[in-house]
Amino acid sequence: MAARRAESAAATSTQRSAAVAMDAQRAIERAARDSYSRLVAFLAARSRDVAGAEDALGDAFRAALETWPRTGVPDKPEAWLLVAARRRLIDAARRRRSAEEGSIDLQLIADAVEAAVASDAPIPDDRLRLMFACAHPAIDPAVRAPLMLQTILGFDAGTIASAFLVAPATMGQRLVRAKNKIKQAGIPFRVPDRAELPERLDAVLEAIYAVFAEGWSDPAATDVRRRNLAEEGIWLGRLVVSLLPSEPEALGLVALMLHAEARRGARRDGDGNYVPLAKQDPASWDARLIEEAETLLLRAGRMNVTGRYQLEAATQSAHAVRRLTGCTDWAAIVQIYDALLALTASPVVAINRAVALAETHGPADGLAALAALGDDARLADYQPYWAARAGLLARTGDIGAAEEAYQQAIGLEPDPAVRRYLQQRCKDLRVSGAASTNSEIP
Amino acid sequence: MQYLLMIYGNEERMLSATKEATSQMIAAYTAYTEAIKKAGIYVGSNRLQPARTATTVRAPNGKSSVLDGPYAETKEQLGGYYLIDVPDLDAALSWAARCPGAAHGAIEVRPIWATKSGEYQQIASAQGST
Repeated sequence: MAARRAESAAATSTQRSAAVAMDAQRAIERAARDSYSRLVAFLAARSRDVAGAEDALGDAFRAALETWPRTGVPDKPEAWLLVAARRRLIDAARRRRSAEEGSIDLQLIADAVEAAVASDAPIPDDRLRLMFACAHPAIDPAVRAPLMLQTILGFDAGTIASAFLVAPATMGQRLVRAKNKIKQAGIPFRVPDRAELPERLDAVLEAIYAVFAEGWSDPAATDVRRRNLAEEGIWLGRLVVSLLPSEPEALGLVALMLHAEARRGARRDGDGNYVPLAKQDPASWDARLIEEAETLLLRAGRMNVTGRYQLEAATQSAHAVRRLTGCTDWAAIVQIYDALLALTASPVVAINRAVALAETHGPADGLAALAALGDDARLADYQPYWAARAGLLARTGDIGAAEEAYQQAIGLEPDPAVRRYLQQRCKDLRVSGAASTNSEIP
Repeated sequence: MQYLLMIYGNEERMLSATKEATSQMIAAYTAYTEAIKKAGIYVGSNRLQPARTATTVRAPNGKSSVLDGPYAETKEQLGGYYLIDVPDLDAALSWAARCPGAAHGAIEVRPIWATKSGEYQQIASAQGST
């Protein structure tokens, strides 16, 4: 018995030190990525040639791997990499000499590298400009998030493709096409001026949120790549906040992502069963992330410009108060959804609002609010609509209609754990009659 | 960079517009052209005769065929263009948005294919040199 305990303790400690080593590895990767994204942005912003900048830096990092172990890490590693990349860029341009090269002024880039290397100041950070180029209105919205993953985070097309459930060759083509568009159409690397900024920033934030959502939508966390995407989304959001510290919506987005991330693990119990938000134990939420989210949201609120992400973060915040007070602030949630609905007219928001309304005014009012959406064709195959309807019908005692709605929801749900949960709820209808139910929305 | 702003619009509506509306449109285009010239980005511009005056030629395998009508029969037709020289796409887009034609139809913004020496040459020779 004691031996076994010692053995298992040793095993845990091995696991722990392996985890520490993994953390160190990731820290190194992050540092490398920080340099990589800065340097890609620096070169691409000056050449408009994202693919060329990536290739040149890839070569430069390979050269560093060969050289540094022999010569030691140079005093200014980024400057070293930049000089190596510049050499590759010029070589590549000479080799290709195609008719299109005219738009790239190599001398200009060479001079810029020279100046950056000679100066004692850190390499200028052009990543925000790169993000605005990736999320430019002239770029296909569906490829903006993948493009950011590749240019800023250095993901390869295969990894991005598997996260977005697209064939690798297709994703590769889309990325190449988008980079060609940046170069050939002359998409600028600039932070838009005041008049344009809100709309353009929204596209950047939307792409970052898409990165996060891809990762968050894998609640079982079986797919490591997708789990990492949620962290990468937060990383990108933090980057925007650090570069544009007084944009309330950027703060709102990070707050929203942190709130969601805080509940990542709580969505499943020990047996892998789905746990809806209302049934989650607040003790299983990550208090540190929630507190950081609250701080950011407060900071955003002081800027007195509201927006979609701040409002969505505010609903999360109203759910999170249950951790302190023991109950959810449904009245506040209805109010926030009212504001969100006025802003976005989104049917998804309307469903959430109806569910919240049922908590403050009873299930009949919630159902009436849902019924008002009845003619929106987009809802016919939208699982949360049917799950919400089923839950509210059950509470009014209309078992037959509730069963029907549950069947529809079960048929539409791709996640087996959520499906199991909905099946159980449906079965419970006959057992206990109208059971007390809360939000069904995962 | 040089960009071609191609003005697409509903010709039928344009041709059947009242005299007053037509002269208002012409005045708007005159002012727009002046603004482009004052900005120092003007390279060229023209208004085209209606699409019904178009003739389309193809010569596959050296055998030419001539057809009456435009390349594609669409409700909105190419009615004119501006060729401008601006630093980037954003600048081109903001000029496109000011074009009177944008209010009624659509402006397609296309970069001109630049060559190594910075000159602009025909598509055929640019394709041939890669």
